[in-house]
Amino acid sequence: MSTLKFLLQKEFRQIFRNPTILRMILLVPVVQLIILPLAADFEIKNINISIVDNDRSGMSQDLIEDIKSSGYFRLINYTHDFQIAFSDIESDEADIVLEIPNGLERDMIRERSGALFIAVNAINGTKAYVGGAYLSRIISAFNQDLRTEFSSENRGTAIGVAVINWFNPMLNYQFFMVPGILVVLVTMVGGYMTSLNIVKEKEVGTIEQINVTPIRKTHFILGKLIPFWVLCVIVFTLGMFVVARIIYGIVPLGSIFVLYGYLALYLVAILGVALLISTYSNTQQQAMSLSFFMMMIFILMSGLFTPIESMPQWAQWIAALNPVTYFVQVMRMIVMKGSEFGHITKHFLIMVAFAVVFNSWAILNYKKTS
Amino acid sequence: MGDLKMISTHDLNKTFGDFVAVNNITFDVHQGEIFGFLGANGAGKTTAMRMLCGLSIPTSGEATIAGYDVYKETEKIKRNIGYMSQKFSLYEDLTVTENIRFYGGIYGLKDAEIRSRSKELIQTLELEDQRDLLVGSLPLGWKQKLAFSVAIFHHPKLVFLDEPTGGVDPVTRRQFWDLIHKASDDGITIFVTTHYMDEAEYCDRISMMVDGYIRALDSPSQLKKTYQAASMDEVFYELARGAKRTE
Repeated sequence: MSTLKFLLQKEFRQIFRNPTILRMILLVPVVQLIILPLAADFEIKNINISIVDNDRSGMSQDLIEDIKSSGYFRLINYTHDFQIAFSDIESDEADIVLEIPNGLERDMIRERSGALFIAVNAINGTKAYVGGAYLSRIISAFNQDLRTEFSSENRGTAIGVAVINWFNPMLNYQFFMVPGILVVLVTMVGGYMTSLNIVKEKEVGTIEQINVTPIRKTHFILGKLIPFWVLCVIVFTLGMFVVARIIYGIVPLGSIFVLYGYLALYLVAILGVALLISTYSNTQQQAMSLSFFMMMIFILMSGLFTPIESMPQWAQWIAALNPVTYFVQVMRMIVMKGSEFGHITKHFLIMVAFAVVFNSWAILNYKKTS
Repeated sequence: MGDLKMISTHDLNKTFGDFVAVNNITFDVHQGEIFGFLGANGAGKTTAMRMLCGLSIPTSGEATIAGYDVYKETEKIKRNIGYMSQKFSLYEDLTVTENIRFYGGIYGLKDAEIRSRSKELIQTLELEDQRDLLVGSLPLGWKQKLAFSVAIFHHPKLVFLDEPTGGVDPVTRRQFWDLIHKASDDGITIFVTTHYMDEAEYCDRISMMVDGYIRALDSPSQLKKTYQAASMDEVFYELARGAKRTE
């Protein structure tokens, strides 16, 4: 046990002596947590629209006014020639073209029907799809208004749908993204720092000096795990209770105790991955590339940005083997839904398995004698 | 020279694929000896030394270090030896005292013991004014002397030194050897590799490794007699030339 004391003392001294590491560990996550959620906002805004108005009537003006005031669209061109609007799409200036035919107002009044034409630039699939949907919704609302205006008597019944958004009533994207991004940041800080730290000892040659001492493998590994575990808890706390609360006003609904319990366990698992990477790398460059590769998979296949349910089956299996997936889920459950321990027992058990597997593998693979 | 064998090897072998790095070496090192382990670059010295330290498992053959088997008792060996590698292996971002404290600690020394020994050590090395400086800021010669002192800080029975004086100026080399002799007087067996033939003269016995084999093993004066050479330099040339012929 006293060996561990000396190891920890050494490790903390080295970490606190290196201002770059300290800055990386504390400042970068805070800054990124302020910036990234804004960029990871999936709400589509600023859709560029080019409108071909062949009608030039009061009605077409009303419709255009509705589109502009929705807040989603930016009118970049108002013309009477479809070719001009189409060239806007070709030059990528417009995402969507709305063509209003000549005589829309007249047809609507006389024949109670009219037709509009929407052309979408589908290079950015999401933007095109969402943009088209928004525009259709605005038009159908506009249509609804016209009906009530025109019809003297109430014509039949219509099904009205009311939607209530549970757990995130304002559909605030940051509520959803910030806890998830915090998971990624803690994972990256812990993952990179730990694996690089160990591999640095290999590169410099100090690990050989350690390997020739009677030090126990588990002590050495604990001596590396514990300091970074502590740092990750600090980073998480800063992110959750300073940045997320002050900037985004996010207050976890569930138990802080359960949240930290899960964090503690998760960090053991993820630092185990870092240890494992370090046992397979001889240079910091190798460790960096390997960590980067793992991190990309961990992040993109964690359900942070895209729902796992819509991935193909094989990708869902990968996501199921990804520790980040579970922590992202647990974070969202505890922070947004206020889930209790009882709701996440499955997540706990799986994380225990990850922690045991990765760490035993790392300890087995770390050889004092080759 | 005691009768106890500190190192004893018999037909020790290490191969990496087809390459035989160490080829059936057999030799003994007695307690209290200063044993010079010589050879050209790539002769297999470092590989042999790593096996004896318990850092690398031999492919075949037998060896015991301080009475412990190199296959099964590597951790017991590690408790009884010190090692100073070719690469500088103290932490450059820790101070002199912090390095001493750390290495003392992982060999299981108690705080009080570490404190009194490190005070003594810093006095011997005349590092009183540098004790709180980062090791990275010290000149190479001082670093090497410190690394050696740290390697024997836990009073091992045997210490392995892998080219300890590489790149060090002659005056510091001289001082370094004073430290080695002092350690030897304290009863520590010294196993040292070097490329400096004047240093070879300081050893009690010398082995010459060529292409993985031990080609000669004797005291420096005997070796000179056998090869009818005026200096160890000539002995070395004589044997190392042999290596070229076999290639």
